[in-house]
Amino acid sequence: MNEWIFDIWTIITASTVACTSAILGSFLVLRKKAMVGDAISHSVLPGIVLAYMVSQSRASWVMLIGAAIFGVLTNVLIEFLNKKAKMTADASIGITFTWLFAIGVILLAYFTAGGIDLDQECVLFGEISMINLDKIVVDENLYLGPTAFWFIFPVFILVLLFTTIGFKGLKITSFNEDYAASLGIKNGFWNYSLMALVSLSTVMSFESVGAILVVGLLVIPPASAYLLTKKLKVMIFLGCLFGIMSSVIGFYIAKHYNLSISGCIVCVAGLIFLVNLVYSIIQSKSKRNISIQQ
Amino acid sequence: MSSLIDFISFKDAGVFTILIGAITVSISSALIGTFTFLRKKALVGDAVSHSVLPGICLAFLISGEKDPVLMVLGAFLSGWISVFFIDFIVSRSKIKADSAISITLSFFFALGAVMLSYIQNSGNANQSGINHFLFGKAAAITDADFRVFLYVFGIILLFTLIYFKKFVTVCFNEDYAKSIGWNVKRVDFVMSSLTVLVIASGIQTVGVVLMAALLITPPGAAAFWTHNIKKMIVLGLVISVFSSFMGTYVSYIRPNMPTGPWIVFFLSLVAIFSVLFSPKGILKRFWNNRKNKRKIRNENLLKTAYKLTFEKKLNTFTRKDIITRRDYETSSMEKGLNVLKSKGLLRESKDGLQLTQQGIEESKRIVRLHRLWELYLTNKMNFKSDHIHGMAETIEHIITPEIEAKLIAELDFPEKDPHDSIIPS
Repeated sequence: MNEWIFDIWTIITASTVACTSAILGSFLVLRKKAMVGDAISHSVLPGIVLAYMVSQSRASWVMLIGAAIFGVLTNVLIEFLNKKAKMTADASIGITFTWLFAIGVILLAYFTAGGIDLDQECVLFGEISMINLDKIVVDENLYLGPTAFWFIFPVFILVLLFTTIGFKGLKITSFNEDYAASLGIKNGFWNYSLMALVSLSTVMSFESVGAILVVGLLVIPPASAYLLTKKLKVMIFLGCLFGIMSSVIGFYIAKHYNLSISGCIVCVAGLIFLVNLVYSIIQSKSKRNISIQQ
Repeated sequence: MSSLIDFISFKDAGVFTILIGAITVSISSALIGTFTFLRKKALVGDAVSHSVLPGICLAFLISGEKDPVLMVLGAFLSGWISVFFIDFIVSRSKIKADSAISITLSFFFALGAVMLSYIQNSGNANQSGINHFLFGKAAAITDADFRVFLYVFGIILLFTLIYFKKFVTVCFNEDYAKSIGWNVKRVDFVMSSLTVLVIASGIQTVGVVLMAALLITPPGAAAFWTHNIKKMIVLGLVISVFSSFMGTYVSYIRPNMPTGPWIVFFLSLVAIFSVLFSPKGILKRFWNNRKNKRKIRNENLLKTAYKLTFEKKLNTFTRKDIITRRDYETSSMEKGLNVLKSKGLLRESKDGLQLTQQGIEESKRIVRLHRLWELYLTNKMNFKSDHIHGMAETIEHIITPEIEAKLIAELDFPEKDPHDSIIPS
C-alpha cells in the first residue's frame, strides 16, 4: 500500500480532532472555562486505568465510558468546590485535577507492578504517528483508514449534531447566564452537556493522538479565531480552519524533520495564534489612530 | 511498625536525601504558593510547570548532559518567558486569563515535546533522565539536586521575608498598593520570578502535572481554617511537611509506588478534610444553615402566637388559627410547636394552645425588634413605610440585646411603629 495513503489518513484524523476540538473549544473560550478542558484531559487518567483493568484491553468502549465518567466527575467536583465550598475558580480546578491525576498515576503504578502492560507515557502522550499501526482493512486490499479515525469520527458527528440542534441554548448561556436564566433556559443542562462532550472528545482523541494535541487544539485555534471576529458562527468556522491548517502544515514539518507530529501541529497552531495576536494589536492601534485623527 | 522506625532513623542513607529533598521542595512551593493563591493566579503555576520543558531540553541540547544547575536555569528562563507571554496576551488583546494560560501551557509544552523528539532521535544515551521532568521521580534526587533545592529554598525564604508586607498588600488590595505609590508591577515580578524558580527546581521531583498541586493545594486547604495570612502560611507548611513525609514513607515501604503522586494524594486528602470538616467547611455551613432556619421558624411561630394572643385577643388558639395567619407546612409547624413546648414557651391544654409567661416575654421581644427596626428604617433611613416589612422580617432574628438597647436609645424610647402598632416592652 502506498505510503501517501497513510499520510492522508493521519492528516484526516488530525483534522477531525481539530474540528471537534474547535467547535467545543469556542464555547469553552467564551465561557472562560478554557482550563476546564485542560483539567479534564488530565483527570480522566484514573478512569482510563480502572476501565483498562476491567476490560483488559485498550481502545475499548469500557475505557471510554470510564474516562467519560471521570470527565464529568471532574466538572462536578470543580463546580462543587467553587459554588458550595466558596473556593476561587482557579484553585478549584487546580486542586481537582491534580488530585485525580495523582490517583491515576498511583493506580497505574499499582497495576503495572502486577504485570499490566499500560504505559503512562503512552496513555498521556499517545503519538498520532502510531495510529496507522492499527488499521481497518476489508478484503485485504480495501483500506478504510486507521481505527483511531473511526473512534473520533462518530464523536465529531455527535458534536456537530449537538451544537447545531442546541446552538441557541449554547450561545445564550455562553454569553449571558442571567439572561438565559430569565428566559427559562437551563444553564446547568447546557454546561454539563458541553462538559460531557468535552470529556468524551478528549478521551476519544486522547489515546490515539495524545493529550498535547487535544488540549492545544481545544483552545488555541478558537482563541485565534476569537481575535478576528465577534460572530460566534464565524469564530467556530475560523477555528476549524486554523485547526485544519495546523494539522496539514504541522504534519509535513514533522515528517520532513522527523519530529513529534502532535507537537508540531500544536506549535503551528501556536504560531498561527501569534500572527493573529500581532495582527489584532496592529489593527487596534491603527483604529485608535484613525479615531484620534477624526 | 518497625518499617516506620527504620524510615525515621534513616537506616537507608538515600531515604534522608529523598525525604528532606521532598520536604524542601514542597515547603518552598507552599510558601510562595500562598501568595499566588491569594492573588488568584493559582493556575499560572500549572502553565509555568508545563512551559519549563523547552528550557530543560535546550539546556540539555547545549550541555549534552543532565547538569542540574544548567537545567534549572533553562527551566527558569522558559518558565519566565511563559509568565511574560500570559501577561502580554491578557493585557494586549481581548483574550481572558484562562484562555491565555491554556494557550501558553499547550504551546510551550508542544514546543518541548518537539524538542524532546529531536533529542530522542539524535540518539543521545543520556536523554533517559529527561523523562523525569515529565512525570517526576523523587527517588532519583541526587546530592547535587538536593543542594539546588536548598539554595532555592533559601532564596525564596529571603525574598518572602523582605517583601512580606508588599506581597500581602498586593494580594489583598492591589488598588491600595497602587494608591500609596508602590510599584505593583515590580512586586508581581518578584512574586512570579520566585514561583518560576520553585517550579523550575522542583519539577523533576513530582513532574509537570503535579507540580501545580504543591503550589495550590496547601494554601487551598489552609484557607479553610484561618483568615490570618501568617497562620495560613504556617498551616500550609505543616500540611506540606506532613504530606511529603507520608508520601515518601509510602514509597519507602512499597518501593514500586511513586513518591510524587502519593505526596499530592495526601495533600488532597488534607484539602478534602478541610473542605468538609473545617469551621468554614461545608458540613459546618450546612449545619449552621439548618440551625438558623429552625430558629427563624420557631421565632416566627412565637410572633404569630403573640398576634393571636394580644391582637386577636384569643385566650387559647388552635393550629388552624396559626395557619390562617401565616402559611406553614403542617409537619414543619408541628416540629416547631414541639420545640416551643419543650422549652416551656408554649403549653397545650384541651382548649388549645397558649403562651406561657416566659413565652409572652420572648414573643414580645421578637415583635419589639421587628417594629423597632421598621421605625428605625423610616425615621433614620428615610424608607417609605410600605417598603420596610421584608427587611425587618430578616433582621429581627439577628439583632442582639446590645443593638436593641442602642436602637431604643437612638429612637428615643418609642411607643408605636410606623404602622401605628404598639411596640411591646
